[in-house]
Amino acid sequence: MIGVEHYIVVSSLLFVLGVLGIFLNRKNVIVILMAIELILLAVNINLVAFSAFLGDLTGQIFAMFVLTVAAAEAAIGLAILVIYFRRRGTIAVDDISRMKG
Amino acid sequence: MIHTLAFYLFAVMVLTSGALVVLARNPVHSVLWLILAFFNAAGLMVLVGAEFIAMLLIIVYVGAVAVLFLFVVMMLNIDFAELRAGFIKNAPLAALVAVVLFVELFVAIIAANAGGAVTLGTPDGSAAPLLGEGNTENIGALLYTRYVFLFEVAGIILLVAMIGAIVLTHRESRATRAHQNITKQNMRRPEDATELKQPEIGKGVDIGGREL
Repeated sequence: MIGVEHYIVVSSLLFVLGVLGIFLNRKNVIVILMAIELILLAVNINLVAFSAFLGDLTGQIFAMFVLTVAAAEAAIGLAILVIYFRRRGTIAVDDISRMKG
Repeated sequence: MIHTLAFYLFAVMVLTSGALVVLARNPVHSVLWLILAFFNAAGLMVLVGAEFIAMLLIIVYVGAVAVLFLFVVMMLNIDFAELRAGFIKNAPLAALVAVVLFVELFVAIIAANAGGAVTLGTPDGSAAPLLGEGNTENIGALLYTRYVFLFEVAGIILLVAMIGAIVLTHRESRATRAHQNITKQNMRRPEDATELKQPEIGKGVDIGGREL
């Protein structure tokens, strides 16, 4: 029988994969943003699993809000990436520390 | 039985595609693996009876966010080989951090599990699913009553994100481009624009000192 423990293990593995992705692709902002999406997906799986096994819908409502914030974050992040690429012609994150207003 | 099989299928698929997102050489492949990961996560959510969030995940992530990623990856002409330069160099530290993080999480799960099954606590009943209603009706009933303020705040967050993205990426049209000014066109009278001359026969017209 599948219990909440199974879901916790899957979501913690997915979370760790997301963190691994951020460390591995330290130069490529696009993959870093995708790794953040993976982390948020792991959080959502956890919220939904606990909500379902507890019999309380609040977790699913909050998974929806996490989804909203993730979508907004992806849109803004990619917009910043596009204007950065337009100015510099590269998306290497190392150079972003030199960004000025 | 089929439930258990489906769980392991979705779990293995979501973890495999999650690993390939971060390991793929080509970011376009990363986005495609991300889409597969989202589909399988939606499958996991369907298995516990959260159909609404599962379908929302597919619509929002696969339909909007992943397509946005694809657009950006394909629009920008990026040298991805250069960006992968530090991949091998970063690998030991990344593996170390990942292993430490996973062991910590696992120890936490084991510790929470020590007294038998993970104790979930008891819900106060205020957000319990209603009997005989589907998942979507239940979420709607809760979202539009108890969490209506948060729901509206979520809408404002999306609005701000939309305006922000437009403002950031909008390019002003160049000054040299011709614009039509309708008021100016309508205000223009024949007297301002033309001049009537009646030159004598055999003589030219002086048009302002220009050599002809």
